[in-house]
Amino acid sequence: MTVTESPATPKADKAKELVRVHLRIKRYDPETDTRPRWQEFEVEMSPGDRVLDALHLVKWTQDGTLTFRRSCAHGVCGSDAMVINGENKLACINLIKNIGTDLTIEPIRGLEVIKDLVVDMEPFFAQHRSVMPYLIAHDDPGYKERLQTQEDRDRFDDTTKCILCACCTTSCPIYWANSEYVGPAAIVSAHRFIFDSRDDGAQERLDILNQKSGVFRCKTSFNCTEACPRGIKVTQAIEEVKRAILYDRV
Amino acid sequence: MNVHYHSYDAVVVGAGGAGLRAAIELAGEARTAVLTKLYPTRSHTGAAQGGMCAALANVEEDYWEWHAFDTVKGGDYLGDQDAIDIMCREAIDAVIDLEHFGLPFSRTPQGRIDQRRFGGHTRNHGEAPVRRSCYAADRTGHMILHTLYQRCLAKEVNFFNEFQVFDVLFEGEGANRRAAGVVAYEMATGDLHVFVSKGVLFATGGYGKMFKISSNAHTLTGDGPGVLFKAGIPMEDLEFYQFHPTGIYGFGILLSEAARGEGGILRNSDGERFMERVAPTVKDLAPRDMVSRAIHAEIKAGRGAGPKSDYVYLDLTHLPPEQIDSKLPDITDFVRTYLGIEPKKDPIPIQPTAHYAMGGIPTNVEGEVIVDDQNTVLPGLYAAGECACVSVHGANRLGTNSLLDIVVFGRRGGKAMAEYVKNVGHPDVPKGAEAKVRERIEQLKAGTGSEKVGEIRTTLQESMTLDASVVRTNESLTDARKTVEELKAQYANIKIDDKGEVFNYDLTEAMELGHLLDLAHGLVVGAQARTESRGAHWRDDYPTRDDQNWMKHTLAHLEQDGSIRLSYKQVVAGNYQPMERKY
Repeated sequence: MTVTESPATPKADKAKELVRVHLRIKRYDPETDTRPRWQEFEVEMSPGDRVLDALHLVKWTQDGTLTFRRSCAHGVCGSDAMVINGENKLACINLIKNIGTDLTIEPIRGLEVIKDLVVDMEPFFAQHRSVMPYLIAHDDPGYKERLQTQEDRDRFDDTTKCILCACCTTSCPIYWANSEYVGPAAIVSAHRFIFDSRDDGAQERLDILNQKSGVFRCKTSFNCTEACPRGIKVTQAIEEVKRAILYDRV
Repeated sequence: MNVHYHSYDAVVVGAGGAGLRAAIELAGEARTAVLTKLYPTRSHTGAAQGGMCAALANVEEDYWEWHAFDTVKGGDYLGDQDAIDIMCREAIDAVIDLEHFGLPFSRTPQGRIDQRRFGGHTRNHGEAPVRRSCYAADRTGHMILHTLYQRCLAKEVNFFNEFQVFDVLFEGEGANRRAAGVVAYEMATGDLHVFVSKGVLFATGGYGKMFKISSNAHTLTGDGPGVLFKAGIPMEDLEFYQFHPTGIYGFGILLSEAARGEGGILRNSDGERFMERVAPTVKDLAPRDMVSRAIHAEIKAGRGAGPKSDYVYLDLTHLPPEQIDSKLPDITDFVRTYLGIEPKKDPIPIQPTAHYAMGGIPTNVEGEVIVDDQNTVLPGLYAAGECACVSVHGANRLGTNSLLDIVVFGRRGGKAMAEYVKNVGHPDVPKGAEAKVRERIEQLKAGTGSEKVGEIRTTLQESMTLDASVVRTNESLTDARKTVEELKAQYANIKIDDKGEVFNYDLTEAMELGHLLDLAHGLVVGAQARTESRGAHWRDDYPTRDDQNWMKHTLAHLEQDGSIRLSYKQVVAGNYQPMERKY
C-alpha cells in the first residue's frame, strides 16, 4: 500500500466546516404541558457529526430541559430510537451530511410518551419477556461446550444482532393499531432461539406466537425491516416463524 | 419528592456484564434487587467487540499459565498474581458457562468454540501470537450482555430499571462500618428509594467520559467509584488508564484489536508498518499501551497522516473481503457510517481513544471491597468489573481480559455476597437516610449559580485528553491538576435548567459530573506523584520503570476538604519475576 493521496483525507478535512442545523422537536413535559408542542432550535455543527450531537448541543448550550435517552452513541446500545424526518432511526448512527440540515424529531410511536422523546419502554420489554427469550436446553452437556456446526450457528445469526431498540416494533402499523400484538422485536428474539440447534423450547415459543396476539397479526408491511438499524431481515424472520407454526417444522 | 423504602438481602448496582453475572449467582439464593440507570441491554458491555480469552486450546496448544504470564507481563508487573492466576484458570469454566447459557460463539469446522489472536496474548511466554480469544464475530460483548440478560430473565431476577444510585448507606461508624444499602433516584418519577440491604455490589463500569476522545458511552461517568470515593473508600491505581490504539479518527469509536488479530496492519503517512520497528516479534499485536505510544511517536515525528498530520492508518485492504464480512462486520460498518469510506478499499484513519480504567474500587479476589493498605475488608460491600480494581490488569489491561474479568469476578462477587448475606442480620438504617441526597437535589434545583454542567465537562475532557493521556510530564500534569481543581470550585456553583421531577437528565448529568471531577482529580494527583513509566502511565520526564520505588499500588483518598491524599499498597508477587517488557 502507498498512502500518498488517501481518499479519507479530503473527507476528514471537509468535516471541519460548520453548517447551520435547524431542529424542529416535538416536546411534552407532563408537569407543565397539557398536550405536545413543537419547538425549534438552531445549532452550528460539523456535517460529519451525528443527529445525537445536534440534540446534545441543544441540551448542553441552549435548553437543559430537552429530554432524550442515549448511551453508547454508536448504534449498539439501542437507547436513542426516535422518529427523524418521518422515519424510525437511531440518532447516533445518522450523520448530518447524509440526513440534511433540516431535522424534524419526534418520539417513536405506539408507546406512551412520558417526556419529550422519552417513551414508556415497559410494554415493549414485557412483550420481549413473553416469548421466553432464553436458551431452554434439556440435555446435560457435562463440563464441555456443546458442539454446533458453523452452518447451524449461521441459521440464526441474523436475529442475534437485535439490540432491542424498538425501531421495528414502533414502525409497525399493526402495533400502532393494537398494542396487544407481540410485535416484530419479540418475534425476532423468539426466532433467535427457535432456530438455535441447541435449544429445546421451540414448541413452547411457537405456541405462544400462535396465539391471537402473536405472529399471524403481521400483515407483511416490511416497515420493520426498513426501520432496523442493525440490518436484520425482520420480515423474513417473522415469515420463518409463521412457516414453522404452519408446517410444524423448525 | 416521595420516598419509598425497600428491604432486600442483596443489591446489585449496575446491570452490565459484571452486575448480571453476579445477579445470576444471587438469584434463588438471596432476595436481590438489581438497579441500573439504563436498561440492562443498554450497558456498555454490549459495545465490546473482539472476544474473551481463555486457554481452551481448541485450535492450538495453550495453557492457562501462559495466559497468566501474558497478563502479568502485559500489566507491566503491577497486577496481583494471585488474582491473575484465578482469572486465567477460571477463564476456561467461564467460557463454558457462557456457552451453556446459550452464547452463540463463532465455531471451528469441528463445531467447537473458535479462537483467534489478540494483542499481547502469546504462546509459551512470548514466542509468537496465540489463538486464545473466544469470540462471536466482532460483537462478543453484545452476545455476552444479551446472553447474561436472557439468563437473568429465566431466573426471574428483579430489575429496577432507570434507577440511579446517588448514595451508599452504612451501619456503624469509621472502622466498624458495614454496608447497609443505597439511596436511588427513580428517573421516571424523581422519587427517592432507600434500599436497605445486607450486601451491596457495585458494578457500574468505567469513567471514560472524563476524556474528550473516548470509546466510552455517555453514561460511563464512574457513578459507583464516585459515590464510594465520597464515602471515604480509597480508589486504587486511578493513574493507570488505558488508551486503545484504534479509535475512529475524530469520534473515538472503538475499532477492535480483532482487526489486527485478523491480519490488519498499522501504517504511518509513508505507508510504513511502524510496529515492526517497535515490537519485532508480535508487531501490530503488541499490547495497547505500546501501540498507542508508538502512534503518538509517529505523529510527533511528523509521520502522521491528514491535513493536521494527527492520525495513522489501520489497513485492512489486503484481507479477503469475505473474511472482513464474516469476522469484522460491525466495525467495518462503523467505518462506513462515520467516515464514509470503504475499509475493503481504503485504509482507516485512527487515533488512540480513552478506553478502559485499570484502576477503581479496591477489592480482593472475592470481590470484597478493601479500604486500606492492609487489605481490610468493609463487610457487605462488593465491587466487580471495570469499576473495581482486583487488580488483574495491573498497569495495562490486555485485550479481551475485560470481558473475562466481568464474568469471572462478577460470578465470584455474587457467590461471596450470597454466602455473606446468609450469615448476617439485617442492618439497622435510621429513617431519613436519604436526607443528604434530598438536600443535594433541592440545592441543585434551587441553584442560582452561573456555571453550566456542559461547559465544565467539556473543559475537563479537553484538559484530560491534552494533558493526562498517552504521554504525560510533570508540566502537563500540573496543568491538568490546576484545571481540575478550578473546575471543582466552579462545580460548587452550577445551575441546572430542568427543575422538574420526571426524567430529569439535567439533574443526573450534574451529579455524574461530580464523580468525573473527583476521579479525574485522583487520577492526575496519582499520576503526578508516580515518577516512573509503567504500562499505560508514561512519563516523558521519567521514561523507565522503577521497581525499586514504584512497584506498588496507589490508593487515592478523597479528603473532606476535597483534596487528594495518597497512600500505597503492596503488589502481590507470584511465579513471574519482573523483567524488561519486550515483544
